[in-house]
Amino acid sequence: MQPFTHVSGVAAPMLAANVDTDVIMPKQFLKGIDRSGLDRGLFFDLRFLADGKPNPDFVLNQVPWNRASFLVVGPNFGCGSSREHAVWGLKQLGFRALIGTSFAGIFFDNCQRNGVLLIQLGEADLQRIGRVVSDPWGAHVSIDLEEQLIRFGDGERVRFDIDPLRKQALLLGLDAIGSTLQRTEQIRAFEAAHLRANPWLA
Amino acid sequence: MHRPRTLYEKHIDSHTVCTLDDHGHVLLYIDRQVANEYTSPQAFSGLREAGRKVWRPAATLCVVDHVNPTAPERIAAMPDAGGARQVSYFEQNCRDFGLELFDVLDKRQGIEHVVAPEQGFILPGMMVAAGDSHTTTYGALGAFGFGIGTSEIEHLLATQTLVYKKLRSMRVTVRGELGPGVTSKDIIMALIQRIGAAGATGYAIEFCGETIEALSVEARMTICNMAVEAGARGAFMAPDDKVFAYLKDKPRVPRGALWERAVASWRELRSDPGAHYDSEVELDATALQPMVTWGTSPDQAAAIDGRVPDPQEEGDPIRRQDLQRALRYMGLQPGERLTEIRISHAFIGSCTNARIEDLRDAARIVRGRRVASHVRAMIVPGSTLVREQAEAEGLAQIFRDAGFEWRQSGCSMCLAMNDDVLAPGDRCASSTNRNFEGRQGAGARTHLMSPAMVAAAAVSGHLTDVRRLSQES
Repeated sequence: MQPFTHVSGVAAPMLAANVDTDVIMPKQFLKGIDRSGLDRGLFFDLRFLADGKPNPDFVLNQVPWNRASFLVVGPNFGCGSSREHAVWGLKQLGFRALIGTSFAGIFFDNCQRNGVLLIQLGEADLQRIGRVVSDPWGAHVSIDLEEQLIRFGDGERVRFDIDPLRKQALLLGLDAIGSTLQRTEQIRAFEAAHLRANPWLA
Repeated sequence: MHRPRTLYEKHIDSHTVCTLDDHGHVLLYIDRQVANEYTSPQAFSGLREAGRKVWRPAATLCVVDHVNPTAPERIAAMPDAGGARQVSYFEQNCRDFGLELFDVLDKRQGIEHVVAPEQGFILPGMMVAAGDSHTTTYGALGAFGFGIGTSEIEHLLATQTLVYKKLRSMRVTVRGELGPGVTSKDIIMALIQRIGAAGATGYAIEFCGETIEALSVEARMTICNMAVEAGARGAFMAPDDKVFAYLKDKPRVPRGALWERAVASWRELRSDPGAHYDSEVELDATALQPMVTWGTSPDQAAAIDGRVPDPQEEGDPIRRQDLQRALRYMGLQPGERLTEIRISHAFIGSCTNARIEDLRDAARIVRGRRVASHVRAMIVPGSTLVREQAEAEGLAQIFRDAGFEWRQSGCSMCLAMNDDVLAPGDRCASSTNRNFEGRQGAGARTHLMSPAMVAAAAVSGHLTDVRRLSQES
């Protein structure tokens, strides 16, 4: 997993509520057996017009947000289907972090497992950041995970909270399966006792 | 004295291999997994690349359901090259890793969340995770089920565990008797409408109250299934005699003395008196009416006698924009009566509402009537066994006589990953779970409702209060 330490870039505002994973990655891009080509599918129906040309009204097709590394999003972003393709698409198009008030549970875990940092802030902070990055001159921000800080062009800083366990995994780009397999003996012992106590589970 | 615990805490405690920090993270043991062809391929590829094995192959059941066709004649071929590749890789993975597979020609094939309970693969007290958000369905059996992404599927296959953060607890108490024509679908749709699409984000919901106790196990599955549309990462009910009776003759449940021992243990699966919930919601079942959605999020719903809302009455500018966008997409006018919305399609299917009781409910409305001439109506049974049973009970004939297409099982037009796709502008009365933009096809418009309400809309040609038709029949 790609570590996340300190990343600078443009943040794009996308403040609608309940942006679901069907909208983030439509069904026609879910037919692969690998992760390739999902950058094309990301927000497909919003990004492209019926004739395949970029939709000029969509924020990610506008300067400077067309090279955004971060999204500032509305509540319940990533709701709906469990499809991790949504997160693979975000990564492939260069998104490293999302800033919002709330994220859907499965999407949250999927981001964590792909090294995409999710920052949860209060409503007032988020509205303010949404306004700042909606101005092309304010769109450039930097995110420092070690310090848990978002820094803005005008010198303003916003602090965010994150579980130490998540933070550590992102900073180091840890392989979750490798870490868990270090506990193989513990899992085996638990499993044996669990199946002994509940033999109908075996 | 031990601190009183909720059933959720008991589920988690009994499956905790070890605590990982003091922020609620644990290594959680998972008893069962169900896998499908579309969210699993990259997980298997990950195992192959790392040279890892599946920890406990018997814990996983694989079912082809998302991409297969549902045409009335069952065939092995997939409708497109992508789906064919996913199914063939799925078969290869099941072979190479020693996992049991229900392929599209298997008599037991169907939608994973219909198939697993039907097979007795899910038992009370089990911890279940699967690469599909509607894994919450299993809460109706007194198990705890939750959806996971592909990376987590790989983690689970390799370790039989997940790194899990404990959720907060919400108790939803439903009291009173449901009126005629009002179903468990209306309970969950009313709850989502009330608390919002993120109302239970970060929570596990425990449903209780006399209304829930009075529901059949299948009706309870509809509620737990759709709780994820309120953001819940798990929804469950304490298992009772109805659950034990439902399970008793299923193919994979324990038998004899082991069954008796299991039931005795399952009876302990209840929240302790005085256990603490972080949030409480109460619903009065007597006040509920048949629900329909009018927007593009499951919480944009109203009772069928209502009207499309007016965005101008929304004070918050961002919410007003969301409303305007939803109405534009749905092609609806503020103030329009919901019963005047004309449909082009009717779909009864999905892991939410395509079990035998759902089909019986719909058939009661359809019997002796015809699908409106401008409506294409489809029934996609939740599983091949449900399809067989419906044929044996004469339901299939009722649907065919009325002009419904009687199809094979799969996820089908709930998410339109196969060839059952709506065209732009089509408007569908649907017994499914999501009315998102483009969910049933780019530009297509979905109205969610109960199966009986879909049947009523199909024969009327527009959204209809099912209670009017039940009075006539």
